[in-house]
Formats: sequence, C-alpha cells, structure tokens
Amino acid sequence: MDLFLTIIQIADSGLRLATPLLFACLAGLFSERAGIFDIGLEGKILVSAFMSAAIAAVTGSVWLGLLCGIFASISFSAVHGIASITFRGNQLISGVALNFLASGITVLAAQAWFSQGGRTPPLMGEGRFMPIELPFALGRSDAEAAGVPLRVLIDQANPIQQIYSEFISGHTILVYVALLMVPLSWFVLFRTRFGLRLRAVGENPAAVDTAGVSVIKLRYASMAIAGTLCGLSGVYLATGLGAGFIKEMSAGRGYIALAALIFAKWKPVPALGATFLFGLLEAIANRYQNIDLGGFVIPVQFMQALPYILTVVILAGFVGKSVAPKAGGQPYVKER
Amino acid sequence: MVGAKTEGQQATVAPAIELRGISKAFGPVQANKDISISVQPGTIHGIIGENGAGKSTLMSILYGFYKADEGQIFIHGEETQIPDSQAAIRAGIGMVFQHFKLVENFSVLENVILGVEDGAMLRPSLAKARKTLKSLADEYELHVNPEALIEDLGVGTQQRVEILKALYREADILILDEPTGVLTPAEADHLFRILNGLRDQGKTIILITHKLREIMEITDTVSVMRRGQMTATVKTKDTNPEELAELMVGRKVLLRVDKVPAQPGENVLDIKNLRMVDDHGVERLKGINLNVRAGEILGIAGVSGNGQSELLEVLGGYATATGEIRINGDPIDLTGKYSDGRSRRERGIAHVPEDRQEHGLIMNFPAWQNIAFGYHHSEEFQKNALLMDNAKMVEIAQDKMDRFDVRPPIPSLEAKSFSGGNQQKIVVAREIERNPDLLLVGQPTRGVDIGAIEFIHKQIIGLRDQGKAVLLVSVELEEILSLSDRIAVMFDGHIMGERMPDQTDERELGLLMAGVTGEGDS
Repeated sequence: MDLFLTIIQIADSGLRLATPLLFACLAGLFSERAGIFDIGLEGKILVSAFMSAAIAAVTGSVWLGLLCGIFASISFSAVHGIASITFRGNQLISGVALNFLASGITVLAAQAWFSQGGRTPPLMGEGRFMPIELPFALGRSDAEAAGVPLRVLIDQANPIQQIYSEFISGHTILVYVALLMVPLSWFVLFRTRFGLRLRAVGENPAAVDTAGVSVIKLRYASMAIAGTLCGLSGVYLATGLGAGFIKEMSAGRGYIALAALIFAKWKPVPALGATFLFGLLEAIANRYQNIDLGGFVIPVQFMQALPYILTVVILAGFVGKSVAPKAGGQPYVKER
Repeated sequence: MVGAKTEGQQATVAPAIELRGISKAFGPVQANKDISISVQPGTIHGIIGENGAGKSTLMSILYGFYKADEGQIFIHGEETQIPDSQAAIRAGIGMVFQHFKLVENFSVLENVILGVEDGAMLRPSLAKARKTLKSLADEYELHVNPEALIEDLGVGTQQRVEILKALYREADILILDEPTGVLTPAEADHLFRILNGLRDQGKTIILITHKLREIMEITDTVSVMRRGQMTATVKTKDTNPEELAELMVGRKVLLRVDKVPAQPGENVLDIKNLRMVDDHGVERLKGINLNVRAGEILGIAGVSGNGQSELLEVLGGYATATGEIRINGDPIDLTGKYSDGRSRRERGIAHVPEDRQEHGLIMNFPAWQNIAFGYHHSEEFQKNALLMDNAKMVEIAQDKMDRFDVRPPIPSLEAKSFSGGNQQKIVVAREIERNPDLLLVGQPTRGVDIGAIEFIHKQIIGLRDQGKAVLLVSVELEEILSLSDRIAVMFDGHIMGERMPDQTDERELGLLMAGVTGEGDS
C-alpha cells in the first residue's frame, strides 16, 4: 500500500479518536469561558459512556442511549454547578470528587446490572452508531457491484476519491456533529449576545452583575452546555468508537481535553487542531506498535504514552502565552 | 433634612433624586440611619465622609445592590422601587464604581453594550453602539477609540468608558464613587471638565469622595456623612474645608500639617546611578541619584508606575539593582547575600510598604504576630535558644496598639479584621519605634481615613524631629507638599528634578510628573 493512502488512513483514525476529545474540549471551553474550572470532564465522559451503553444494551436503541448518556453527564454538571456556583465551593475539589464518584459508580452499577465484570454487554446493530457513507463515496455496495474487495477498489481510486472515501466519509453521525460544533461554538461565543455575556462572566463577573445580568444563570447555562457536550463525548466513546462500556474507558481523555484547551488558548477552532493532534498521536501509536529505526526499536509503551507526554509538555508551558479567563475558579461574591 | 426641604420648595422642578428616611443595618451594624437628601436636577452634589461612614452602602441601595430596611426613594418626584441593578438602570441611574467594572480583554464597544444589547446577534448591536458612542463623544467630549481593548487603555480613559457606559444606558443621574483615587491631577481635571459639561447638559451628578479639595472645586451642594448618618447638607459656596472636615470627623482636624522647619544634618542615604531591570526585562530605574539627610523628609512625587515602587523595593531589599546605595556612608549589598529585608533592617532601614496588605501584613495572622514580623529575630522576643516568647510579643503588641490608637486594641484579632487606617497604624507602630536611621514610607495614607491620616503624619514628622531621615513616596501631591522638606519628582525611571515645597505648587509638580522638564533641570 502506498504511503499516501497510509497517511489518509492514519488521519481517518485520528479523526475518530479526536472526536471524544473534541466534544470534551468544547465542553471545557464553555465551562471555563464562563469562569468555572471543569476538571470533572473525565468523570462526565465516564458516566455518559456507561449510561449510554447500558441503556442501549437494554433497550437496543442507541438514540435512547444517547439521551440517557447526556442526561447522566448533565446531572454531574448540575452537581458541579450547585457545589461551585450556588455554594461557592472549591471547583477543583468538586471536579475531582465527581471524577472519583464516576470511576466507582460506573463499575459498581455495571456489575450490579449486568454481572459481566463491570462492563456492559457488547452493543450490536441498532445499539450502536454505525458509519455513514456519504454520497459518491466508495463503500460496500460499490465493492459488491464491482465484484472486488473494497480495499482494492479504494487502492485503485484517484487521490481525491481516496481522501473523500477514507477520511471524510464513513464516520458515525457523532463525528460530523462534533465537527459542526466547532463553527457553532465559535458563532455562539463570538457573534451572539449570549456569547458576549458568557465570556464576560468568565473575565469579570462584577461587570456582568452591574450591567444587570444574572451571573448565576449564565454560569448554570454554561454548565448545561458543558454537560451536553461532555455527554456526547461519552456516548461516542461507548457507542461509536467502542461497542459497549468497559471500566475506566475514558482513559484520561477528560484531562487530555483540558490540556488541549490550554493549547488552543480557549478558542474553538484551535481546539479542533489541538484535539486532532492528540487524536493523530493516538492513531499512530495504535498503528505502529513498534517502530524500528534501524536497529533501535521504539517500544510500544513509548508510543502509547505519547499523548500523555505531549500533555505534560503542553502543561509545562511550551505553547507560548496562554491566558486563561481571568475569573476562572473564583466563585462570584457580590462586593459591598 | 430641613435644608433639603426648603430647597425643594424653592425649586420649580421636582428633585432628580430624593431619599426619605433611608435606613439599612447589617446585623448589629447600622450602616445607614434615617438618611434624607434631595438633589436638584442639573447639579453636582457631593457626598463626603470617612471610610465606613456609610456612603457606599447608600449608593449601593440607590443602585439596587441592597434593599433598604426603611425609607423611600423618589426619582424625579415619583416613588421608585429599586430591587436590582436593572431597575436602577431603568430609572436612569448610572454608576461609575471606584473599581471599574470592565472586561479587560473586551473592546470599548463590547463593554458598552454588555447587558443592553439589541437582540440576540452582536453585529447590529455593535453597529448601533458605534454610532451612538460617536454622538456621545461629540456631545460630552468623551473621546475614546471604540475598537480599543480596555487593557490597552490608561485608567483615565477606562473611567471615561465607564461614564460612556452609563450614558449609553441613557442615565440622567450619574453616581461616581471616589472617581479620582486612581487619576493623576491632569486626568482629574479632565474628569471635572467632563462632569461640568454633563451638568451643563442637564445631567445630575452625585460625587462620592473623601477629598475635600474636590468637593470645594466642583460641587454645588454637599452632604456630609458620619457613622451612618447625614450630619449636614450645605451649599458648597457657603462652607469651607475646615468646617467640612470637622463635620466629617466630629472634632476639629488640622488640615495643614503642623511642623517646625527641618534641621537637616549629615547624609543618611546616598544613591548613585541606581538602575533596575524588572522580571519582564523592562528597565524601571534609569540612573537614580538621590540623597536624604538626617532630620529631613524627602518626598518623591510621581504618577504611580514611574519607578517609585521599584525604588522602594530595592531599598527595602526585595529587588536587586545595580549602582550604589550608601547608608551613613557605607555601601549596602544590592545583589548578593545581604540584599534582603532582614539585612536592610539590621542596617537601620525601616519600611512601611506601599501595599500594606501585600507586603506589610499577613492578613490572616493576628495583630501581635504582625507587629513582631521582621523583628522576630530580635533578642527581646526570644524565650530561650529554641522558643520564641509569644507572651512577650502579645504584651508588646498590646502596648503599641494602645499608644498608636489602633482600634480595636485587640492583639489576637486577625489583620484583615481591621479597617485600612488601623492596619496602617499597625505597620507604622511596628516600623517606627525600632529607632531606624532611615524610614521608607510608601503611600502612608492610601485608603486611610482623615482622622488616621492626621495621626500617621504626626508620627512621621515626629521621627524626623528626632533627627531621622525619611523617604516618602506618595501619589497624593497634597501629602507630598505638606509633609516634605524637599521634593523630588520621578518620571519614567528618572528623577525629573528637585523642588522646595514652599517654592513650588501643584501645577509645576504636575508638569514634572508628566515628564515636562522645567528650567534648570537636566
């Protein structure tokens, strides 16, 4: 197989792996832009993954699973909101607590419900999100019509068709939703009244308050959006990328999304770039288990650790000046 | 109240704002008690009082932050309920806070429309605001680049944005809370011109301040508050600063600092070609030459941010620099092992830092520990080789707090529980009695009420009269002029020149502070 096609395939896999990160990163974006640190992304992904997989397994409907997954994530967001907005608690502690809770409760509930060692039954058919074949893309029906395997068909296609069929087409609906969320988030944040107020509340809530707008309502709204987006991340993980819930399947994606958020300087379009980079690294690690550099073999463990190493590098400040929303992490108390 | 009523009857129009019997208590503290005032439209009304007199509470009630326990508010003759800021804005009240309520990384336009956007989309709102702002700018001489980011603007301009915000909300009653606290004299003059213009256009302005000069200069009427009560409302032209000060404090106050002429002796502090580069690589001190003699107060005037803070930091031992500093003729270490606060204290330098909450006190620690800090190594505080003598520290703290009139005189109370003036007295009590050769004082009366100012000034002059050297840094020109025996003006890391206080005035110093060199200055 030629190099071009290989790169496309890695990019394709990178896009799929970036999708949960992108949802979570945008969730963090809305939350932190409103001045609420959301270290609990990880936990929200996990509960959403579990709920969506469990409901999809029981009912056989992935759409019901999706709704319940989002509901679970929003519930966690609501708890975070009550703790940090209404009761002005420490946002980091609340987030960490939710992560622990998610980590324990998902396995416990899965075991009690399905007795399969803390996982849900594998999802099949309507219980999963299936790849969508875009118009004019090469797919199974084309292969059957031509009488050759799909592999061969794509191999023979022109480069544009290759990119279209491999990279752009053939993802589940949620991947396209995630991509759509990027311009949508940008528009909401930077072109609407709601976005202006939301950004203001993360920078200087007192300015919003004295302008006669409720800081509390805005922050709860941001929590609801973050909960929904984070829920989609978990749903995709369990019903699109995977086929069921397994213990700790979020695997630090919530934290990586936060690193990507810093990398992206709290902006939606760079968030797409940052999460795609992390997705690519994961895809490369998956594809090349051991890279042989003429006598020296890079071990698979190193490859798999790459996204996490990059996270550390980013957080250590190698990305230049990245200024967080000024009021981040501070509960709003009216001044006397 | 009586005065207000007669005024109301004389005028043909209803007062723009009338308060009747406003009371507000926070727990046992009566912040406002039966307050009644009436402000005629098209006038500037001053409200003056010490910190904690209840001015801000009263204005917060007007702006809907608090609900009054009792009383009524009338706007243009109609009784109005103000349960929240939105209602205040609807009633035509605009507020310019002491600490600006601006989003720093937003543009001027975005800040102006925040909360009063027309519709869900931003673009049309921004376009409309751009237009309105232009006409407001022409009408009131409030020129600000609408696309500029707030963080790139100076404080004076930021304040204009706050005024624009209020005007954009069609406020016809404007409340300004301590508006000149952060401004240079020139900026303050500009603000006053704007306020005069607004009054001429029929706006009503309420100016809250503790500066008597401003009241005398710009207001038509003035109300004095003391301990939650309105003690008097008078026409400005019928009163004078001395009377107002007495009404504010409740006793006679010496506005002019009383001092005998200085009798300077030998040089205590000698600074030669001092240079300092900050953490961001910006040169803050660009070759400072200064000297302070024994028995002399050298005042350093300047707009904040022109190197005065850095000079104090270097002298106090928490920033490094190059050049030469001598104390009593012996050089001190500027970069090495002995360039820290403790070494400086051992060399006889005491320091009342500019920012008492950041550098002068540990806010969560009790007063007695704060009074020992910096000198906790001293012999008297040691019980034995291992332990400190806490009881002794408390005892000394109690003694100092009594003598320096710190209220309340409770050594176990945390520093943050004291008012600004009393916090400053704690710092002064600690530093001044260590028999220093040189006292560094930064902004000794920032956020300190008028009674405490008098006390702190007396302490500083007392130290001078004992033959000690004092280096005073203040952004308050009045303070510099009344305390100093000699004045040096700093601008952009340079000393622009030196003046004798009796041979100069605010205007000349103001020019030097703005970097305009006079005759005979290098």
